Amino acid sequence: MTIFSPRSLAEALQVIHEHPTARLLAGGTDTMVEINFRHFEPTDIISLRYVTELQAFADQGHNFRVGAAIPYKEFENGSYAHVSRALSEAARTVGSPQIRAAGTIGGNLGTCSPAGDTLPVLSALDAQVELASVNGVRTLSIHDFMLGVKRNARAANEIISAIHIPNIDGYQGYAKVGVRNAMVISIASACLVHDPKNKRVALALGAVGPTIIRCRDSEVWLGENADLSTSAPLSPEVLEEFARRVSSEARPITDHRSTAEYRTHAVGVLAQRLLKRAMQ
Amino acid sequence: MSTSSEIYSLRINGKEQHVKDSWIGESLLYVLRERLGFMGAKGACEQGECGSCTVLINNDAVCSCLVMAASAIDTDITTVEGLSTQENPTDIQQAFVTEGAVQCGFCTPGLIVAVHHLLESNPSPSEIEVKEALSGNICRCTGYGRIFSAVQLVISQREKSVS
Amino acid sequence: MSTRTTSKQRDVLGVSALRPDGIAKTQGTFSFSSDYTADNMLWGATLRSPHPYARIISIDISEAIKIAGVETVLLASDVPGKATYGLISSDQPVFASEFVRYMGESIAAVAADHPETCRRALDAIVVHYEVLTPLTSIEDALNPNTPSIHPDGNVFRHQHILHGDASATGDLVVEGEYEIGMQDQAFLGLEAALAYPDSDGKGVELVVATQWLHEDQKQIADCLGMPKEKVRLQLGGVGGAFGAREDISLQVHTCLLALRTKRPVKMQYTREESFFGHVHRHPGVIALKHHVTSEGRIVKIEGTMKLDGGAYASTSSAVLINGVTHIQGPYKCANAVFDGYAVRTNNPPCGAMRGFGVVQACFAHEGQMDKIAKAVGKSPVEVRLLNAMEKGDTLITGQPVESVAPVARCIRETDALPLPAPLSQSTETMGLPGGSGRTSELHNIKRGIGWGVSIKNLMYSEGFDDSAEARCTLADGVATLKFATAEVGQGFVILAQQIARTILGVDVVVLDRIDTEIGSAGSTSASRQTWMSGGAVDGACRLVRERLFEHVAHTHGLDPLQLVIEDTDIVDTMGPLRISVSEASKGLKIAQTFLHQHRKTEELDENGQGNCHVAFAFVAHRAVVDVDVELGLVKVVQIATAQDVGRSLNPLALLGQIEGGIAQGLGLAVMEEIIVQNGIVKNPSFTDYLLPTALDAPDVLFIPIEEPDPQAPLGAKGVGEPPCISVTPAIVAAIRDATGVDLKRTPVRPQDICL
Ligand SMILES: Cc1cc2nc3c(=O)[nH]c(=O)nc-3n(C[C@H](O)[C@H](O)[C@H](O)COP(=O)(O)OP(=O)(O)OC[C@H]3O[C@@H](n4cnc5c(N)ncnc54)[C@H](O)[C@@H]3O)c2cc1C
Ligand code: FES
Ligand code: FES
Repeated sequence: MTIFSPRSLAEALQVIHEHPTARLLAGGTDTMVEINFRHFEPTDIISLRYVTELQAFADQGHNFRVGAAIPYKEFENGSYAHVSRALSEAARTVGSPQIRAAGTIGGNLGTCSPAGDTLPVLSALDAQVELASVNGVRTLSIHDFMLGVKRNARAANEIISAIHIPNIDGYQGYAKVGVRNAMVISIASACLVHDPKNKRVALALGAVGPTIIRCRDSEVWLGENADLSTSAPLSPEVLEEFARRVSSEARPITDHRSTAEYRTHAVGVLAQRLLKRAMQ
Repeated sequence: MSTSSEIYSLRINGKEQHVKDSWIGESLLYVLRERLGFMGAKGACEQGECGSCTVLINNDAVCSCLVMAASAIDTDITTVEGLSTQENPTDIQQAFVTEGAVQCGFCTPGLIVAVHHLLESNPSPSEIEVKEALSGNICRCTGYGRIFSAVQLVISQREKSVS
Repeated sequence: MSTRTTSKQRDVLGVSALRPDGIAKTQGTFSFSSDYTADNMLWGATLRSPHPYARIISIDISEAIKIAGVETVLLASDVPGKATYGLISSDQPVFASEFVRYMGESIAAVAADHPETCRRALDAIVVHYEVLTPLTSIEDALNPNTPSIHPDGNVFRHQHILHGDASATGDLVVEGEYEIGMQDQAFLGLEAALAYPDSDGKGVELVVATQWLHEDQKQIADCLGMPKEKVRLQLGGVGGAFGAREDISLQVHTCLLALRTKRPVKMQYTREESFFGHVHRHPGVIALKHHVTSEGRIVKIEGTMKLDGGAYASTSSAVLINGVTHIQGPYKCANAVFDGYAVRTNNPPCGAMRGFGVVQACFAHEGQMDKIAKAVGKSPVEVRLLNAMEKGDTLITGQPVESVAPVARCIRETDALPLPAPLSQSTETMGLPGGSGRTSELHNIKRGIGWGVSIKNLMYSEGFDDSAEARCTLADGVATLKFATAEVGQGFVILAQQIARTILGVDVVVLDRIDTEIGSAGSTSASRQTWMSGGAVDGACRLVRERLFEHVAHTHGLDPLQLVIEDTDIVDTMGPLRISVSEASKGLKIAQTFLHQHRKTEELDENGQGNCHVAFAFVAHRAVVDVDVELGLVKVVQIATAQDVGRSLNPLALLGQIEGGIAQGLGLAVMEEIIVQNGIVKNPSFTDYLLPTALDAPDVLFIPIEEPDPQAPLGAKGVGEPPCISVTPAIVAAIRDATGVDLKRTPVRPQDICL
């Protein structure tokens, strides 16, 4: 039972290479709950607190490379709030200020819960996940990274080193339904990104399926039925049909947090509202 | 680079504190309270939902129940005990009492740390900013009204003393 | 409203005196029960049933006991005294041995060197169950063909009420059905206790957070098979209570472990365990039929109230009586036929929570008042004023309301409070329904206004022998007060000091340790401590003052009856003498004990008739809500309230009770519910049992209605419960008003509004 606190990415990669069963610890906001509730028994831990590379940020023109261990507060209204409006809206809905001071996007990806708030944003933006190991670096599309409920494509010896977030000119927004006005787990959420240059709208849903749902059919339908090269308002019929189609792409369950029916309904409403916000 | 989870030291309120014989899964909340005697941090959920365990780590307000204690080496940890001396409560602490923001008081130390942190980073928050900043600190007794009053009192007192 | 104490004021009654424990609480130096530790201390933990109903076939502790660091494992067979406990009827086993009757019922306790060792030991205990089909519906419990799940049967109590003319009718009949979900008290300071065994093993001392030291003492002593004096309790700091600390939780277990291991043992529940370790607010269904005149006057009420008491009795029978005897609300009603049932099921046990049965009743009667208003074409305010109860009116139990009853005034003064500003472009998204989720836009939102008015009994009912004791000692100008009153956050410690300052003219009032070394103060519940323990402290201080006057009169050759206290002086009303209390009491030590009792109450007869309550308080709430109608999300914008308080003894502390109660009522209206499916609790955590946050808190406008009640020792009524009672129906009515949806149940869920 050892806790490693590597001081560089190279060191961290070496440690995880040697201890592939060790648990990576970033903000700890998921892991410590698992430990406190005895859902996970820690053996070796690799703390990422001192891996400075994971805090790095670069504006690469067409995209931003953001270190996986940058806490939410930096996206919410801190240094990197400009990266993506949807991301900062999503970041602001995560837990409480205390959670946002510690929790990270890398951790959100690591946990890969369907209710993870940054995941619909990364999906709608077609972000890339950068994974590093002693063997080198690979980049995976977010869509290939998320595999299912709390399952992702990270190999045992890999560390999520960064996320590449495309720099898209156009409206983007995130909305999340929860039963209280703050600090609540999503019971349905949606992220919409409008890319007028490429005449498209991307929409991703959270908490209504085993993993994030990208509404490809609805997106295609919208492209065929609306002029997405501008942000001129759309007719109520188009908005409503879009909502209907989005709802039908959701695959929610009923649990103690909400019902499948409500979730289906809610994502339609969210999609319509976000689209309206985009096109005005 | 590797720390045995059993022996390490933490810098709390400016002083090194040694931790021995600990179990790796111990949260900072547990270590503060049960090993080091800093009882100011309270635990009411151990899952980041109540904020009663709030401490500062490198000047960020975080839930100590969600910090693995042994991972907090080489950080500056400030607990509520580190904000004042017994004889000289801070203006925030005094305001909580004068405005009736304390009932059972279980949420109070965590709130004091959260308000301290808020006003350090934003000396004149709007009403809604105060609410958002305190949304991670559950208080079951007061309904928050007196807590907001206490924060407003501190803001206005500090503004007055500056001008 | 200015509520602050100025430096010149003395902190007497009526002033916003500050908490003596306030600064310590802000500094983290105040000791809650969870903050106590001892040398050589062990930790205790409880093994709980994963099943709502099962027969225990066998329990094997052999592996658990082998784990290094584990000191003992206790089972039902290790309980030396009575095997069961309970507040009203002793029907709950200390440890289950034959059957487990609810999910989370305790089966065993372990003591070990570390909490993690305890948890491993619990994992290592092997229990074989024969899982049985749980009884989970009220209707099934009431069905006489359902097999009993407990030797005491499946019905805790049935109470019939027949009042006035059963055949009376009006011009109209208004019917409704209402459902209330299970709410948790969710105090923040989890259950915790530290037990120190006496070195001879024949006694034990327990530091515990509780609402009622002496009742705990009695029940613990019975289970330990010890005389009461051998079980000494001290109040550890209490992190809120709200009813959840009235029943025994970890008290007996902690003492047993300490006695067995001969070492101090600390037990502390986790949040999850806390959801299983204490009783909750009764869920229930209420059917009501009002016969009213065409004008809207209530002629008769009929109906039933069915409460699910869960697996064990706790206070179910008393909660039921409170519910049925308040079903008319604060309104005149001459005739009634009503039946109440509290049943046993394999759901979590329910018992006391702030409002105690009246919350459920009020949700139903206030829903009815709005329906009546609609039926007769009146506003919610008009119909309530038309029916408002006055002093001297009778309840459907036949009991006259002898308390001051300013119902109409509460309504009018609430109505006169300003409404919030309408929504505008400047309203921040954070403040809209959906809050930080940014779901709403202004045009999706509808605003609604709703009303709730309630009546609440104060103190215990039905002939319960209720008293409180306090001692006051005056020496050298310093008063020391001793009482066993549980300070749970409500501020009795402030009040006690204010009383002593007022009566005795002292400034320094020392509060002695709160423990069982003095007689019982009764429970900190039922809005009773200001009246009961306040009365006891007042009485003790008055006795001391008499002795002091006698002493001064004797020294100066005066008649003690001509002496009075003026500020901090003793003054001769007939002559020039003026001497400070501290001087007058120099070298003296006067100690007096006083036992305060309220007037006697009666049990109800088979028709539910009898003067079963002591006194009543009234309150009105007006709620303003914003609703995102399409998504069913709600933001409570403002609560206006006027409450009958008798006399405001401490405006600041009073406001704290009002605002805090409102937040709890808001929780029950829109978010708080323990979800139980087939006896399984689905959300025993703060992630899924949602409490209002700072962003959910409404603006509160409050007017105290001060008409001192001559029956009350200080003129003041209890104020703890009324704030959380009618606010829930007011909020739900406001949501109905905004949406037009006929909502029958609370808490209101988004899907109830928009699907
Ligand atoms: C009170 C509370 C409220 C919450 N509210 C929300 C909410 O509203 N929305 C939401 O989305 N989430 C919420 N969460 C969950 C959590 O905060 C987020 O999932 C957060 O992003 C986790 O990040 P972390 O850095 O704290 O993760 P950690 O706990 O440190 O790690 C989580 C997982 O990811 C792995 N991991 C972390 N970093 C890396 C990396 N760089 N490479 C590979 N694997 C890695 C870890 O090994 C672990 O398996 C909440 C949690 C709490 C306690
Ligand atoms: S105990 Fe840490 S947030 Fe509740
Ligand atoms: S004062 Fe009791 S929880 Fe806040």
